[in-house]
Amino acid sequence: MNRKAIDLWVGIFVAIGLAALLFLALKVGNLLTFNEDRKGYELEARFDNVGALKPRAQVKTAGVVVGRVESVRLDKKTYEAIVRLHLFPEYQFSRDTIATVNTSGLLGDQFIGLEAGGDTVMLKDEDFIKKTQSAVQIEKLISQFMFNKAQEAPAPSVTPAPTAAPTPTIGAKP
Amino acid sequence: MTLDSDSSLTAAASTPNCASAATCETLVELKNVSFGYTKARQILSGISLVVPRGKLVAVMGGSGCGKTTILRLLCGQHKATSGEVLVGGQSVAAMNHDQMYAHRRKLGMLFQFGALFTDQTVFENVAFPMREHTELPEEIIHDLVLMKLNAVGLRGAAKLKPSELSGGMARRVALARTIALDPQIALYDEPFAGLDPISLSVVGQLIRRLNDALGMTSILVTHDIAESLKIVDYIYFVSEGKVVAHGDVATIKASTDPFVRQFVDGQPDGPVGFHYPAKALAEDFA
Amino acid sequence: MNGILRVLTDLGGSVTGGIARLGFAARFLMAVLRLSGTTFARPQLLLREIYQAGVLSLIIILMSGLFIGMVLALQGYETLVRFGATESMGMLVALSLVRELGPVVAGLLFASRAGSAMTAEIGLMKTTEQLAAMEVMAVDPIARVVAPRFWGGVISLPLLAALFSTLGIYGGYLVGVRLIGIDSGAYWGQMAAAVDWRHDILNGVIKSVVFAVAISLIAVFEGYDATPTAEGVSAATTRTVVTSALAILALDFVLTVLMFRGGGG
Repeated sequence: MNRKAIDLWVGIFVAIGLAALLFLALKVGNLLTFNEDRKGYELEARFDNVGALKPRAQVKTAGVVVGRVESVRLDKKTYEAIVRLHLFPEYQFSRDTIATVNTSGLLGDQFIGLEAGGDTVMLKDEDFIKKTQSAVQIEKLISQFMFNKAQEAPAPSVTPAPTAAPTPTIGAKP
Repeated sequence: MTLDSDSSLTAAASTPNCASAATCETLVELKNVSFGYTKARQILSGISLVVPRGKLVAVMGGSGCGKTTILRLLCGQHKATSGEVLVGGQSVAAMNHDQMYAHRRKLGMLFQFGALFTDQTVFENVAFPMREHTELPEEIIHDLVLMKLNAVGLRGAAKLKPSELSGGMARRVALARTIALDPQIALYDEPFAGLDPISLSVVGQLIRRLNDALGMTSILVTHDIAESLKIVDYIYFVSEGKVVAHGDVATIKASTDPFVRQFVDGQPDGPVGFHYPAKALAEDFA
Repeated sequence: MNGILRVLTDLGGSVTGGIARLGFAARFLMAVLRLSGTTFARPQLLLREIYQAGVLSLIIILMSGLFIGMVLALQGYETLVRFGATESMGMLVALSLVRELGPVVAGLLFASRAGSAMTAEIGLMKTTEQLAAMEVMAVDPIARVVAPRFWGGVISLPLLAALFSTLGIYGGYLVGVRLIGIDSGAYWGQMAAAVDWRHDILNGVIKSVVFAVAISLIAVFEGYDATPTAEGVSAATTRTVVTSALAILALDFVLTVLMFRGGGG
């Protein structure tokens, strides 16, 4: 194997290796959208409870991804969760936008949903979203449902033990 | 290729210790040197020898008597546990890293089995020391390498890989690499081992001729007495880490020393025992 | 009683021996780094080693990547179809490859293909006194022989791992889209939505760089430290493969904990 051939092969190897890295970064990873990410703006919102929301979760409006969750932290005085959102620059939201913590499907990931309002003043970088709605906790829903069911049940009826009733109908009520 | 070995031998049959003679100065000297990898097993125990400049000196002895260790001490791969190894008046053990590398550039060493770089061609093997230590342009290196290869008769084999060479040819390539930078001192470790009679005498003659042509000082470590007697100036016999006999070729040939006689005549038993040290025979077979 | 004592003594001996060896390897790494100047001053030396370690490993890496991607897609389909989530196949294949399988499997293959060759080559050079010959010629074998091989390995493996992942993703595409019939847009779209370049790709690359340093160091060290006999070299070659495999898996665990802990994704 002479020098020229080695040079050539190493050249080919390094070129396709770098091409593979580039492919992974651009096509597989979202390096390009990431750059757009950086250009966006940041909003904050307070929630009583964010459930299992994690950084990097999606922010969606009408099912379209409009940003990502930057961080989740706790306000030490009010014991509220402060969620920092990173929104893509092309999407603007009015001042009365409502932020909710949603779950995709019954067991899916949690994400932030933004519902645009009618105000003409738009939110700017570092603004607070005032209207929020916390995560729906399935445990609470279930216990609420069972409690209602127990109250509805007529007294003489043969003890519908709290555990027996809910399971079959859980999907129907909400 | 022919060499008048007789004339060179008579010229060299001077006194062993040249310190007094004005014609030759001492280049390499071992003063009462001891060495052992472990305290328990001493390989060299108080060895002393002198190599005058320009001479070809053989160090002879049976296998495992510490001959190779002497070469390793000379090129600084090992340090003597006691005594002094002097090259050109400078102690090898006392050299720092830079001095050691400067010292090694003045040395050429031929390893027992050649130690050619198996991933490089014959040409590149000989060019290796030049490329590493000089800034010579490629054309000059090319010419120099072919000259060296020509000196050992292998200019035509420049493009071959070491694996394609016979044992004798590989040894000659290694010889060309050893002298690539025209060293002051050439060290040969068993240059004759495993060679057929023709290759053996070719290598022997080359060693003698190169020593004289390049004005080198050579130390030859070997157990091949017949070939050595043909080419060297002076011989040291080493046994169990000590010099047991020494003298020029004529002296050795005429010597009556039992060790020298056993070695020169190739007798199986003598001062060097046939048996490895063991318990008495009756005890082992009891 | 004596038996227990001996077992404890042996245990202690092997522990101190192991630690001494680790310390020796660390000093060896320092020496290699200190003497790396030659490698970069003479690119021809480095190119030859990238050829030996990288180019000659290409075929096995590309083939393995392709097949692993295809198997991932098939197995993934089996599981995803139960949840009606087959359109997540792209995400599954890509995340598995770039985060774990790419660096780890490419590392394991590299250790057995290129690492063992490095050890055998250096060990053989030691056995045939080529390293000693260099030393006597006033050429430091660490600078001339060891460092170029080390850097050749460090540069080659990350590129090989990226190629492995890429071919794997393509293999997944072949099986998932062409064979099973998942929508091509869903395959790439889900992948791009779920894989983050910094969180997943960059961390995967960092992993492969760490593995590359570990494998290359183990390979050159075992070769340089080999007992200069035929058995010594063969034992050293085996040790390179075994130690590298263990090092890759252990380092992978540590790196995964550091990188993906609580990150969500």
